[in-house]
Amino acid sequence: MQTYSLSDTAGVGAHLAAASRTQALWDWLRLSGAGVAASAAWIAFGLSCLLWDDLGDWSRTYSLGIGAFVVGAVALFGTLSTDYLGRAGSALRHRAPWLFVLGLVLALWEIATAKFAWLPLPFFPPPQAIVEVYTDDLPKLLDSVFASIRLQLGGYVIGAALGFVTGVSIGWSRSVGYWVHPMLRFIGPLPATAWLPIAFFTFPSSWSASTFLIALATGFPVTVLTWSGVASVSNAYYDVARTLGAKPSFLVLKVAIPAALPHVFVGLFMGLGSSFAVLVVAEMIGVKAGLGWYLQWAQGWAAYANMYAALIVMSLLCSGAITLLFRTRDHLLVWQKGVVKW
Amino acid sequence: MVAAAIAAPAAYSAAGAGLDIENVDHAFDIDGAALPVLQDVSLFVEPGEFIALLGPSGCGKSTLLRLVAGLERPRSGILREDDSRITGPHPSRVVVFQDPTLFPWRTVWNNVALGLEAQGILKNHRQRVDAALELVGLSAFRNAYPHQLSGGMAQRVALARALVNDPKILILDEPLGKLDSLTRITMQAELVSLWQRKGFTTLLVTHDAEEALFLANRVVVLSDRPARIKADIAVQRPYPRHRGDPYLADLRRQILNILGLDAAW
Repeated sequence: MQTYSLSDTAGVGAHLAAASRTQALWDWLRLSGAGVAASAAWIAFGLSCLLWDDLGDWSRTYSLGIGAFVVGAVALFGTLSTDYLGRAGSALRHRAPWLFVLGLVLALWEIATAKFAWLPLPFFPPPQAIVEVYTDDLPKLLDSVFASIRLQLGGYVIGAALGFVTGVSIGWSRSVGYWVHPMLRFIGPLPATAWLPIAFFTFPSSWSASTFLIALATGFPVTVLTWSGVASVSNAYYDVARTLGAKPSFLVLKVAIPAALPHVFVGLFMGLGSSFAVLVVAEMIGVKAGLGWYLQWAQGWAAYANMYAALIVMSLLCSGAITLLFRTRDHLLVWQKGVVKW
Repeated sequence: MVAAAIAAPAAYSAAGAGLDIENVDHAFDIDGAALPVLQDVSLFVEPGEFIALLGPSGCGKSTLLRLVAGLERPRSGILREDDSRITGPHPSRVVVFQDPTLFPWRTVWNNVALGLEAQGILKNHRQRVDAALELVGLSAFRNAYPHQLSGGMAQRVALARALVNDPKILILDEPLGKLDSLTRITMQAELVSLWQRKGFTTLLVTHDAEEALFLANRVVVLSDRPARIKADIAVQRPYPRHRGDPYLADLRRQILNILGLDAAW
């Protein structure tokens, strides 16, 4: 049997309590530290906007500073009440480190441009200048966005559909392959932008010329990958289907195409990338609308803030298009194990 | 040649079709040279019989099955199902391959439905798909994808995919070859009971003498390539058979002797 005095147990108890208190504090810091730091970074960004006078003439500095404080406050209260926010709370917790870095970078950017001009000024506009573009030049920017989406979507859908049909035909039929394959080898590797000068005077409008170029840029990779997908379908699948009474149309539609679909999506992805490039070049050179044209126009006026603003929008659109494509793929190819997550 | 008894004609079920293979020769073109794989093969199968084709690996057994299935045409000779000549694949002769070759993009149910869908009669016969899945005991996995199945389950689905078409001749190309031994034993018994219930004619290719003797009415022993029929052995034992049966053990010794493996026994 152990003997111990009252003072001993009290000492141990206090010690334990202190230990558990530091433990709790540590746990809380580990979970919420990033959120608090993010809040601090955004408040620092807000302060960096308001503490000094701007070197240039920008109208949104004050609003931006207030906005930064709001983000900081939301981050702080969100972090403190994660337990009551459910999924939004855990999403915030997950993104807090990024939020922190973003706030810090914005604060540094603000100081390095608008306040002390460490970066040469017209070429490196401060954040408020870009905000100003979004608020004051919104109609023109939106028009450009819609023009770009329309052109891209039309060309891409046409190119993807033609490429898919061509790819399946080459993969399936030897005689189609005989005629189309050499043409594909001759025309396909040519960068679609090389057609630009010819396209713009042979087509009736710059819009149809650009649609043709985007379709061309999309069609080549889609054709080649669909073709290789169809060609690589195991003969065993055809044997099984044939012994079960399948006709040739069934073999194409229900065996070859579904089996080739993973390849087709690789082609669609590659086509998307190359068609973005063609879109922007076509808009810069011939089409009088769209984000590419907006960039070109902004450069002509030395409106650097507008260029950055347009670049950000463009990046969001391209990324969104790829996300959409990958979602579609994941939906159609649920049967595949371990597809790449975008 | 060792006792190659002729199978006693028995009253088999009318659900199966007879199969007549007459003087079939076949060869492959390898780099321009003809490589003979089948040489003067003649075999008559009674409706509803269970025939095992046994031979060394690579001898041309599977080629013979492909000819029966109609996936290939022989260089010479004639194959007939009942009285009609085999010129191409037909759902009355369905093959179960060594690999289950399920379509990975289709669920189990849709894989089994493949034949009915290909023939354009799925709409009015959906219950046949359910029944076939029930038959192989996989109703609970109807919505699973093939990559979620074990090897034995996948092969069961392949079997259901064949049986849903009510074949007159079921062609089995080493369907149990890649399964583990326990699953194999279970599925051998299942095959026998399916065959007895459904009454189709069965043609099984195997290189396992014990499996052939456990399952078949007749064991046809093939030679090395080019395959010729070396012996046609009737297995006169009722079902269910016992693996330890001395009669089967004796037949097995004879078969291995024919294959030139008696020294290894």
